[in-house]
Amino acid sequence: MPEIHTHTPDAHDSAYDGLLVDDAHWAFGTDFEDPLAGVDTSVPDDVDAGALATYCLMLGDDALVLSQRLAEWCSNAPDLEEDIALANIALDLLGQARLLLARAAAADPSLVPALPDGSPVPDEDRLAFFRDEAQFRNVRLAEVPNGDFAEVIARVLLFSTWRLALFEQLRHSRDAVLAAVAAKGVKELAYHRDFSGRWFVTLARGTEESRRRLLTALDDLWPLWPELLATHPVEQQVASARVGVAPSTVAAQAEVILEQVFAAGDVTRPERPAMGGVAGGTGRDGRHTETMGRLLAEMQVVARAHPEGLW
Amino acid sequence: MAGVTAQSAPSAPSAPTAPSAERTAWQVAAGVVDPELPMLTLRDLGVLREVQVSDDGAVVASITPTYSGCPAMATMRDDLVRTLRAAGFADVSVRVVLEPPWTTDQITAEGRAALADAGISAPGTAPRHEGPVALNLGPIRRAVRCPRCGSGDVRLVSEFGSTACKAQYSCRACWEPFDHVKEI
Repeated sequence: MPEIHTHTPDAHDSAYDGLLVDDAHWAFGTDFEDPLAGVDTSVPDDVDAGALATYCLMLGDDALVLSQRLAEWCSNAPDLEEDIALANIALDLLGQARLLLARAAAADPSLVPALPDGSPVPDEDRLAFFRDEAQFRNVRLAEVPNGDFAEVIARVLLFSTWRLALFEQLRHSRDAVLAAVAAKGVKELAYHRDFSGRWFVTLARGTEESRRRLLTALDDLWPLWPELLATHPVEQQVASARVGVAPSTVAAQAEVILEQVFAAGDVTRPERPAMGGVAGGTGRDGRHTETMGRLLAEMQVVARAHPEGLW
Repeated sequence: MAGVTAQSAPSAPSAPTAPSAERTAWQVAAGVVDPELPMLTLRDLGVLREVQVSDDGAVVASITPTYSGCPAMATMRDDLVRTLRAAGFADVSVRVVLEPPWTTDQITAEGRAALADAGISAPGTAPRHEGPVALNLGPIRRAVRCPRCGSGDVRLVSEFGSTACKAQYSCRACWEPFDHVKEI
């Protein structure tokens, strides 16, 4: 006769009990992970720590905000292949953002928003989720609302062409952390640029409709391109200290690559004036477009509701 | 953070002595497998860079991320800590090394053999990006052979396989679908 088991009220009442017997097995929820754990984050001699940290925020915010926009494509791309490709690019940028925000916090802890005593939220998350719009230093190209598939392709092409040109030079930074982040990022950005470049040409040489959409997207984004090539005083300062790169010095290299893609797609470079600043400033100064507040609201709402939460 | 080099200056021999403990710790750490490619150990994957044991017995294992946003880093760290603790090392920490960046060229010969045994095509030589990176608008071409029948007559199905670091191919000779670890 089979043995009959009766329900024991003190066992298996919670599906989670069994999971938490040895929480060392679980990667998430045990303790937070510092992406720079054990890395020497001392600031090189003669380098202004505040400027270095602000520069890291600029590069980190570019990656974080575009990553957020690309993540909105999840489950919305034309097919599974491109859906995963966009999510993969978003993941690469998120990884770069984590390293750069953690590097910013290590260089100048005064930039990190204060939270209630005992809050376990790590510095990179405090910077991502507890800063207000005016404290974000990303270029506005990263934040503008998503359009159609042609728009995301044009945006990733502009962004990755520019960032790859920057990172190629940043590999020689006197700051060992930035040099290492750049050396790793170059390989990722090379993929982002080739991916978007191929799709740019495919859409440009595809159907009448795909070409029309691509040209419209490029035309709409073009006023944001000059902002990427302008050099902010902070960027000038870190470039002079040989820890950062002045975007103006990589402008020619980025333009040459864009021209190659445009030529392959038989696309003429748009002629549109640069988008003006807001109160004399652009994204690098913390002056953003109207959409930025809504983007941050969605990105930050859960973390802000639980300032002592651990994820 | 546990000090890697923090040791009492005139070093008296302690038990277990650091060199042999270090060897043991390395062997234990080297046996931990990758969470996404469990046929590979972290050593075979090339992400385990160093294991140090200080005189007080504290272990510091150094790992490097494959991609900047590699979601498996936390799991690797936790697996290392758990395995080393189970082997008797009470004080274990894991530190991140960013330099030099990881490339698929660091996958060992044993690792490549283990991938092939699991039906996964190992990566070829990774591209070098010393100077400016050339634009490539052409189709992606890789010298890939089917891990099942060895045929080079294969077709790229998707740039993304079971994980983002692998592409999916299909063999035209034996019709086997298989993953290929992408060169990076």
